[in-house]
Amino acid sequence: MVSKKSPTTKRAADSTKASRRKFLATGAAAAALGAVQTTAVPATAGQTPAPEAKSLSDLIAYGERSQYVKSVRVPVDERPSPDEFGLTFHVLTPLQDSVGVITPSSLHFIGTHRGSIVPDINPNEHRLLIHGMVDRPLEFSMDDLRRFPAVSRVHFIECLGNHSKAKDKTVQETHGLTSCSEWTGVLLSTLLKECGVQKGASWVVSEGAEEVKGAGSIRLAKAMDDCIAAYGQNGEAVRPQQGFPLRLVVPGFEGIYNTKWLRRIKVVDRYYMTYNDYGHISKNEEVAALTFQWGPKSVITFPSGGQTLPGPGVYQLTGLAWSGGGVVRRVEVSTDGGETWKDAEIRGAVHPKAHTRFGMDWKWDGRECVLQSRCTDSLGQVQPSRAELAAFFKVSPDYYQTHGVQGTDNTIQPWRVASDGSVHNAI
Amino acid sequence: MRFKSSSLSFRGAEGDEESRFSFGVALTAMILCLCCGGVASAQSSTYGTYGVGKTPTPEEIRAEDITISPDGKNLPPGKGTAKEGAEIFAQKCAACHGENGYGGMAPILIKPETPVKSSAPCLAPCIGPGSVIPLHAPYATVLWDYINRAMPFRQEGSLKPDEVYALTAFLFYKNGVIKEDEVLDQTTLPKVKMPNRDGYAIPDWKPGMPRPFPNKH
Repeated sequence: MVSKKSPTTKRAADSTKASRRKFLATGAAAAALGAVQTTAVPATAGQTPAPEAKSLSDLIAYGERSQYVKSVRVPVDERPSPDEFGLTFHVLTPLQDSVGVITPSSLHFIGTHRGSIVPDINPNEHRLLIHGMVDRPLEFSMDDLRRFPAVSRVHFIECLGNHSKAKDKTVQETHGLTSCSEWTGVLLSTLLKECGVQKGASWVVSEGAEEVKGAGSIRLAKAMDDCIAAYGQNGEAVRPQQGFPLRLVVPGFEGIYNTKWLRRIKVVDRYYMTYNDYGHISKNEEVAALTFQWGPKSVITFPSGGQTLPGPGVYQLTGLAWSGGGVVRRVEVSTDGGETWKDAEIRGAVHPKAHTRFGMDWKWDGRECVLQSRCTDSLGQVQPSRAELAAFFKVSPDYYQTHGVQGTDNTIQPWRVASDGSVHNAI
Repeated sequence: MRFKSSSLSFRGAEGDEESRFSFGVALTAMILCLCCGGVASAQSSTYGTYGVGKTPTPEEIRAEDITISPDGKNLPPGKGTAKEGAEIFAQKCAACHGENGYGGMAPILIKPETPVKSSAPCLAPCIGPGSVIPLHAPYATVLWDYINRAMPFRQEGSLKPDEVYALTAFLFYKNGVIKEDEVLDQTTLPKVKMPNRDGYAIPDWKPGMPRPFPNKH
């Protein structure tokens, strides 16, 4: 796959890998220089920093990718993450390098409430407390949770902040705050039924165990629908950056509701308006209605911004499509700036509320062109262009050059292929 | 303010959308029903079909439950004034938020008379000059709850209720929401008239519900 990495990529990657423990132990200066990779291996004893150089037996015990594979996450706007205080901020998934629909756990995007320190939780001591408007409040250990029937489901998680901006160059920058995993755990509805939800309950507030105890509110209807208290991610324990040992997965909803390090769930009778909820409110009813659930969305990952085509000829145009409303039914691709559209093939498994891979043979004739994709989901919703969104909100077509998109941004992403083969963001 | 459900076109259940999963779901439901039937008939209970988990004591729940309702439910006893809050702010908050509540490395807490560009990064959620929490939060409890659970940096959860009431009073006073001598406590805090009280809409949501835009082409 053809890709061009920004000069900051290496530094950013090193910063991302820097050990939090080392940070805390030796301070910011050492951490800024420190590129000591620690691999947190989720095990019953908790996460343990690995030795600085890995022995062969370590590599046998837990494998690593080839040294020639360089795909890495980068922080949003190159903000160091963790920063000098050890706080982790938003970090982007390298979608341009992705194949299939599963995001490797190591490359899953990161977002935290406020910017928080990834906690080091011993799963043997971790508990999930469910209380509030229930007949019987209950506290579950991780072993308790494994005594309930498990589900394994493939779902994307996408942050509200996943907005494509004109200054963004690569698909990692425009769309890297979405990732897709197979999540394993207990349906939240199973746990809530075990506790017996009382009449009059209408919302649940979930809370994490990290230092800021990030909390978010979802409607009881969603909690009883398809949410998962997940302890597994892609066949192993959920990674610490993703909420080890337990996280809430709220399929199809904004990322912030997918509470990590899930510690407590309170069943309540009204919208509680936590700090995180407050940060997302809008007085405009139409904007508010575009939050919660992601609309149909897609993006071409090859060719995409920052990549270069070596010359005319046949390529595999490919990308990802997903929707918070259900299954991807159709993906269309335009290679002429939206004049004509052609159905792409769905290549691989199709899961509800999950990344879905599409692709098509594409012959580039060497002339400048604009590529874009458009997703239709099982609710009949069709991914809009920014012009359509502007018309809906009655703003000028160039409004989004200077303003953010209202609600969750699921607009069509155009890529311009220049005659020299270079690919650019044409939003 | 609530989202008007009448303006949305409701659709039925998922239809054939998840046909490949329906068998698994049906099977799970069947198994659950069998379990329910088997155990529930013995216990004759509306809940508790697996009998897994520990029942926490009310004290254990109280020790954990820091979730505050907008109507003040679950606020602990205690009280504080802006004057008391000013001292605590200087000691525990000013280093990050700025001596005057702005211009620091952490988000703006006191809206300055002349706008300043926030030096703080846009965090999640993004707190800028237009969304200063004591002014933008629709309920006074939002500020109380967040100070209580997440401040001060590195000593989260260490503040006593009196200190949280005092800091909340201080920030409301400095933003012109309450008077300097007002005492905030369990009763008075939820009654603070917030300038942005009606500043939000909550969308309806049901399984299988499309968003209002885009509509079907």
